[in-house]
This record gives sequence, structure tokens and C-alpha cells, in this order.
Amino acid sequence: MTAARFFAGLDAGSTTTKGVLLDSEGAVVARFFRASGPRPRDSAQAVREQLAAQAGVPADRLPLVATGYGRAQVAGALKTVTEITCHALGARHLVPDCRTVIDVGGQDSKAIRLAPDGTVADFAMNDKCAAGTGRFLEIMADRLGVPMQYLGTLAAQAKVPASVSSTCAVFAESEVVSLLADSVPSDEIAAGLHEAICLRIAALANRVGITPPVAFTGGVALNPAMVSALSSRLGSRLVVPPDPQLVGALGAALVASRTAQIIP
Amino acid sequence: MSTAGIVRYHLAKEVTLPLMLAADSARRSLRRATRPKRTPPDWAGPPLACADRLRTIMARHYLLARHAAGAMPIAWVTSGAPVEILRAMGFYTVYPENHGALCGARMAGLDMSAPAENAGFSQDLCSYARIDLGLSLGARSPIGPLPRPDVLVCSTNICQTVLYWYKQLSHRYGVPLVLFDTPFVADELDEGTLAYMVGQLEALIPRLEPIAGKAFNARTFESYLLRAQRTSLMWGEVLASMTTRPAPMTIFDAFAHMAPVVSLRGLPVSERYYELLLKELRARVASGIAAVKGERHRLLWDNIAVWFKLGDFIRLFSQNGCVFVAATYTNAWAETVHYLDPAKPLESVARTYSLVILNRDLKHRMELMERMIRSYCVDGVLFHSTRSCKPYSVGQYDIQRALSRKCNVKAVLIDADTTDPRSYAEGPTRTRLEAFIESLDAGTSTQGAA
Repeated sequence: MTAARFFAGLDAGSTTTKGVLLDSEGAVVARFFRASGPRPRDSAQAVREQLAAQAGVPADRLPLVATGYGRAQVAGALKTVTEITCHALGARHLVPDCRTVIDVGGQDSKAIRLAPDGTVADFAMNDKCAAGTGRFLEIMADRLGVPMQYLGTLAAQAKVPASVSSTCAVFAESEVVSLLADSVPSDEIAAGLHEAICLRIAALANRVGITPPVAFTGGVALNPAMVSALSSRLGSRLVVPPDPQLVGALGAALVASRTAQIIP
Repeated sequence: MSTAGIVRYHLAKEVTLPLMLAADSARRSLRRATRPKRTPPDWAGPPLACADRLRTIMARHYLLARHAAGAMPIAWVTSGAPVEILRAMGFYTVYPENHGALCGARMAGLDMSAPAENAGFSQDLCSYARIDLGLSLGARSPIGPLPRPDVLVCSTNICQTVLYWYKQLSHRYGVPLVLFDTPFVADELDEGTLAYMVGQLEALIPRLEPIAGKAFNARTFESYLLRAQRTSLMWGEVLASMTTRPAPMTIFDAFAHMAPVVSLRGLPVSERYYELLLKELRARVASGIAAVKGERHRLLWDNIAVWFKLGDFIRLFSQNGCVFVAATYTNAWAETVHYLDPAKPLESVARTYSLVILNRDLKHRMELMERMIRSYCVDGVLFHSTRSCKPYSVGQYDIQRALSRKCNVKAVLIDADTTDPRSYAEGPTRTRLEAFIESLDAGTSTQGAA
């Protein structure tokens, strides 16, 4: 088999399945998203086929590396690599000098400290519950009756954030219910929720130690209110790469290009 | 104690049980011989031959316990209780913590603790305690029934929970509780604390004598002390065999093979067992037999095992060439044994039992782990933050940070439990462990990276 021209990374996340296709020069030539849904294996397969179609090869000929919560479910992968390694690689590719990566995804959030050479020196992840993750914001947006994408804009309108003490999604939801019952404006509640989640993520990041530049990745980095709240909480500027939710898939594609070149 | 009970016990010990166990062993050999051979995973070295013997010894211990009631006094004891004193008075000892671990390994933690939780005990209480209280409330143990205690002996050298747990048992079974309180040792053990502990041991003997129906004999006590010391020293050598590269056994083996040094310490059977195990390990070292083929990374485990995940962890780490060669947990039954001294029996018992890892400050634990990292050539440390055991889990973040800087090791911390699967999340934990393995493979220094 000759060296492949395209390399794919597939990030089977808890909320969204993402695919990135690199050409032999390392340029991103295609990206795909799909809700992971109740059948993540099918979603992964669909994205894999889209990637292969774009590359113009049968799916079983496309060098692909899988990452994300559902990585073990992805058929036909050269190998599986954790989100930690993939986010580190992807972030370093997009923000070449970055030394800290904060990734907030649907199911977990993580802080990764990179060694000067870009390898993972230390990392911390949230506990087993959804506290401090995108899922937390999703549940809260639902309770406030606003679309998830609008939650950040709503929060940005608040003059003062409401006080939300819980980061447990279940407890915070009851707090939100009480605040709504007390007629607290929803923008203030949204801002309070952002503060609460940032406190949680900052604790995680401080555990590994913040060394700038700090890259902020994952779907939650698309929320400008999160970027500003987290940045002021950490006292450090956050660099959000383009398409932050694709950084894991990009990292996986980079692993695929390295692996496929070693294993002809 | 009745004559009939004593006769029944000896009949079981000398005739019925040996026959049952021999039949069981024969049945297993036959099954092994006739069953189609399963290809062992390509990472697996030859299994320890002693494992069969271990199984027989522990099965015999639990089966014999059922016949001990009526034949000899029965004491339920904590893992850090000064058992040599009890042995000298002829007590049959039962270790609820060991029983809890066995229940955990058989995935029975939840069912066993349900009656305790139904009775109002919090899910945040140590799961060994919940299993044991569940047993007192009618839960059926997969290990079989345990004999009712005549006395409960509790030492606070492992935690304070044991005191309240054993108070509950005392209330439920209507039997006396004997406490050996070991004040926390910050820095050095002072003379006042030592005298306080010796005083308790002196007072404990006349309390136990009427329950045992037997006078305490100092010479018998010393002989148990010496045998316990020899056994623990051998256990130390068993663990030290893993300083060899490739390691002839792993800590996952040690989690099982520690049962005799915990539950049967001071008894001839455990001394003989470790002679046998050591002999096998020395032979494995001499011929370079590895427990895990392709050993690439050597790891240190901190805290008690996640009993219900042992099999999965063995596979995950072994297939990636990662071998646990040391653990602060298994080391606890070897680390203070050199204090035992028949010339000063009670004082040396006080030192041995109060200077264990969980009764000492974090500085001691840090230094111990540093020594282990160096002598076992460790590349990575796994901290198991156990929902059940807060005294063991507190401070792990600080130790993790300090050790990664000082010793140039990778480290990971997982949230789990000894026996309660509700405190464990498969997906996030698996990701953490795989990322840890990936970072070991990437093999860069963590020093100076902060």
C-alpha cells in the first residue's frame, strides 16, 4: 500500500461526533459534525464514511484515529488515543507555543499542562459527574428556556451575576428554579451560572498550574461569556483557536498522519 | 466452649475440611485438564503456582471459622489490631475488612451494604463498614456466614471510623468492645504516647482473659510475636522481589497474596505459605520469568485496591506493558515489623502498630513513597482516591504534585472505591488511565514544566 494522501481524526464526543480530514501537507481539507445521539456507533460510522467520501477512498482504506468518549466504538480505526493527548496535539498545532490547554466538552472538562516540547506533562479532569462541563450549561439553558447558543449572549447582558453556589447540575437546577421563582432576571441567572462553572474549571486548571499561553478548546469555548468569565477568573488571557470544538479530532488526525507514515 | 464444640472443631480441622479442600482441588485440576485450553493473553507471564495454595488456605480459614463457634473464643478484629496478644489466648480471629475486600472482589459490595443503607447508614460511610453492618443486619455473604464474635478488638491506627463501626457491632451482637487507641503520630512517637499505649495493652489483657477462658501466657505470646515478625519480614522480601526487572509478580498479585499476612499473621500456616511463595519468586527471578511480558513502565499504587475492577485494571495496564511493582498499601504489613522485639514485647507492639503509614503525617508518607519510587525504579504513580477511606485519600493531590516534581515521575489520580461501584465512573476513569499510559509512553520529564 502506498502512503495515504489523507489522514482522518474522529472525535466521538458525548454530545457531538466530529471528523477532521488532513491532506499530506497537514492542511485541514474537510470537517464534519454530527450529533452523537443515542447510537454513537452509527454516528461515528456516518462521519467516517463522510470523511472517506471526501478523501475519495473506501472507508477501510482511510487511515483514521479515534478519540473521545466513544473512541472504542469506532470501527476501522488504526488506533484509539485519549482526548488528553489529542487536545494537547491539536491545540499545540493551532497555538504553537501554548503551554496549557483547557478543554470543556459535553461530558468532561480537563486542564492539560504541556512540557516545553509540547508533550503532556500533567493533566486533571473533572470528577465523574457533569459539574463543570458543557452538559451543565445545556441543562441550565433548557431550564432558562433559551437555546444553548444564546446562553452566553444572555449572560453578557447582566449587570451583576446572580449568586449560584452549586456546580452540581442537579443542585444548580434547583437553585435556578428558586431564582426564577424569586423573579431574578434570567440574564443575571445565566451570568451566575457562568461564574459557578468557571470557578470549578479554574480549580481544575490551578491544580495542574497555569503556564501561559493558555489555549481554550472544546465546544464551550464558542461561548464568549465563558471565555471572558474564565479568563478573568484565571487572570490569564485565553487563546481560542478557530473551530475549538474540532481540536480533539484535529489531534487525532495528526496522530493518524504520524501512525500511517510509520505503518505503511 | 463445650466439649462437643471442641470435638466438632477438631474433626472439621483434621478430617472433614482437609477432605473437602482436597476434593475441591482435585475437581479444579480435573476441570483444568479437561476444559479446552484457553490461550492466555500474549502479555501474560506464567501464573504463580502458589495461587492454588493461597486459595486453599483462605478457603480453609473461612470454612474453619464456621466450626470455631463453641470450640474457641472468637474475636473480630481490625486490620491493624495487635493480634499476637489474642493468638496467645487462643482466639480465632476474623477480619471484617478482609471479608469486605473479598465481597468487593466478588462484586457483592452493593448487595451486602444495602441492609445497612436501608437501616439509615450513609452511603458516605466506609464501604467495608457498610458491608459488615449489612452482614449483621442479615445480608448474605458470598464468602459464607461468619461466626458470631465473642469480643471485638479495634485499633484506631487505620482510622477513627473503625471505633464507631465496632461500637455498632458491639451493640448489635451484644458483645464487649476492646479498644487499642493509637494517637496520631505527627513527626516522632513521644514517650508519653508510648506509655499511654503500653498501659492500654496491659489493661487489655485482663479484659480478654475471662472471654478467652484462659490466662495470658507471656512465653506463648513471645513465640507468636516472633513468628509474626518472621512472617512479616518474609512478606517484605516477597514485595522486594519486585525491585527486579522484569518483576516476577505484580502488585495485583500482592493484593491477593497479602491475605495471610493480614488475616493469619502469627500462625504457622502463614509463615509456611510465605516460605513457599518466596521460594517460587526467587526461582522466577533466577530464570528471569516476568509476570507481564514486555515490561516497559514500572508503577507505584497508592491506597487500597479497587477490588471490583482488579481484572479490568490488570488487562488495561498489562497489555500496555505497565507493571505495578510497589504499593503503599501492601507495604503497610511489612513497614514497621522491625520494631517488634521480644525483649520489650508490649512496648514493641505499641511501636509496630502505631507507626504504620495511616497513623503518621504526610511528610512520612511522602518520604516513604520517594524511597519506594527510587528503590523500585518507578516511572509513574497511580493515586486511588477512595470514597471509603478518607484518612488514606486526604493529601493525595499535594503528594502527587510534590512527587512529580521531586522524583520525575508521571502521576494520575482516580476517584473510585474499594467495593462500591457507585463511586466509580467507567468512561472518565478509563480516559484518565489511558491518558496516563500515553504520557508514560511519551516519556518526557515533568520537571521544570510548571
